Amino acid sequence: MRLRTRLAPRLAGFVVLAALLGGCAPSSYPYRWNIFVDSIFRPDALILSGLALTVSISVISQLIGVALGIFGAVGRLSRLRPIRWLATFYVWFFRGTPLLVQIMLIFFGLGVTRIYGWPDFAIGPIPVSGAVQAGIVALGLNEGAYMTEIVRAGILAIDPGQMEAAKALGMTYGKAMRRIVLPQAARVIVPPLGNEFNNMLKTTSLLVVISVPELFVIFSRKNASGSTVFHPLELFLAAAVWYLLLTTAWSIVQYFIERRLGRGVAGAAMAGPSLRERLAGFRLGSSSTGGR
Amino acid sequence: MTAPTRPDLHTPHDLLDAIGGVPVPSGDVVVQATDVHKWFGRLHVLKGVELTVKRQEVVVLIGPSGSGKTTFLRCINHLERIQQGRIFVNGHLIGYRDVDGRLVEDKERSIARQRSQIGMVFQRFNLFPHLTALQNVTEAPIQVRGEDAERAREVGVTLLERVGLGAKVDAYPAQLSGGQQQRVAIARALAMKPALILFDEPTSALDPEMIGEVLDVMRELAREGMTMIVVSHEMGFAREVADRVVMMDEGIILEEGTPEELFAGGRHERTQAFLSKIL
Repeated sequence: MRLRTRLAPRLAGFVVLAALLGGCAPSSYPYRWNIFVDSIFRPDALILSGLALTVSISVISQLIGVALGIFGAVGRLSRLRPIRWLATFYVWFFRGTPLLVQIMLIFFGLGVTRIYGWPDFAIGPIPVSGAVQAGIVALGLNEGAYMTEIVRAGILAIDPGQMEAAKALGMTYGKAMRRIVLPQAARVIVPPLGNEFNNMLKTTSLLVVISVPELFVIFSRKNASGSTVFHPLELFLAAAVWYLLLTTAWSIVQYFIERRLGRGVAGAAMAGPSLRERLAGFRLGSSSTGGR
Repeated sequence: MTAPTRPDLHTPHDLLDAIGGVPVPSGDVVVQATDVHKWFGRLHVLKGVELTVKRQEVVVLIGPSGSGKTTFLRCINHLERIQQGRIFVNGHLIGYRDVDGRLVEDKERSIARQRSQIGMVFQRFNLFPHLTALQNVTEAPIQVRGEDAERAREVGVTLLERVGLGAKVDAYPAQLSGGQQQRVAIARALAMKPALILFDEPTSALDPEMIGEVLDVMRELAREGMTMIVVSHEMGFAREVADRVVMMDEGIILEEGTPEELFAGGRHERTQAFLSKIL
């Protein structure tokens, strides 16, 4: 299995790097490497819940982002000027302001003014705090602005002849969009969408400002109190490893999605980066550039 | 113009048979265009085009590039707007409502419904690359006409067989040659049981060795009585299949006549000059 052989040296590299840092630095810092190892191989309930929250928030926010992106893109390409303006304003605002500011505005800004107080609620047995809701909304709105531009580029990449052929067959604009243009645009959209989700997994850590107990906040709290207090090197290295595991797992999923979407397009499956290249984050040597 | 006679309607590979015979429109006139004007910005591309096409007629539009023949063809199913004049297909005003003599663009749904009865075959095929040949053919019958999927598939397979692609039913467009793609495109248009098919230079994007296979299918369609308007430079095809050849130049119809009349030289100098270049 290529995956295992690829992951092992990378994890090992981390430990070596950390050990080198530890060995070289003339300090009296009381290394406790068991904190690092335990956080990864024997994660406690807190870490697992943080992990679950990070993944859930990422997935839901990304889904919201994709949905908003599709509407936003169709809006920006609309023939009706007010709709175009609305979509353009949306993108302008959410791409032009820091996400941190948006998170604060949406949670505290709406909260203190009683415009929306973000009450806690539960979906079945799962409690969803107001902060989590606000976090999802903020991340989703922000992501939607970026997805709007990605989806718009994807739609514009499709030959206008496709829309014409669909219309000539009697499809309305909406139906032609749904059945003919968007499915083709998906192939163009998915690679950048994958990058967006990769970003999303990490960006959830910004929700620290509204104390959403996702992965990063959990490790911050471990660093601030309890038996592991003030071991930032071991703790945040472990956090880094968790984020790497998430993003790596995602890049594997992304590889298979892209391969499936390549159907019907000659050479499409071959044209994208290989799994190995994707995991390494770049293409290696001349062997991967020619004749593939 | 005499009504075309087709003594040899029954051939071994009936195409229209697959969609339940020749779609019968209400009247004898399928297309009637009067005084059609179109501007692209300030460019006046159609300057009062008049054309009547009768049921089962095959009309070939010829003319130098820029003469407006493709634009006019695209006006017939309202892929292009017109600014003046009227185009009727089967007695229905296409794309517009007539409000006190002014043209007011129709609602999207009515335009879509009108288009569903007019087939179109494009120069660059415009097959849907994410769908198989069969899915290309069945997409509109299922999605637009609301046909039963199983029934649409049966008709689709039959149509693909009749255009000689029975073995390529599950192939994606990218796996087909240009000639094969264009034959799928014709099957796709036929599947909607159109009253009329518009062909926009259907062989211009093809390698020479594939032109024949597409023209064969079109010839067969003509023989079976499909009403067709074809923009083409294939003079051999026009001579053999067309009931009428229409010469366009600079946004007007310069002259029209039977292939014999026109290819004998035509009345206009411009027609003669044009034909001498391409014949």
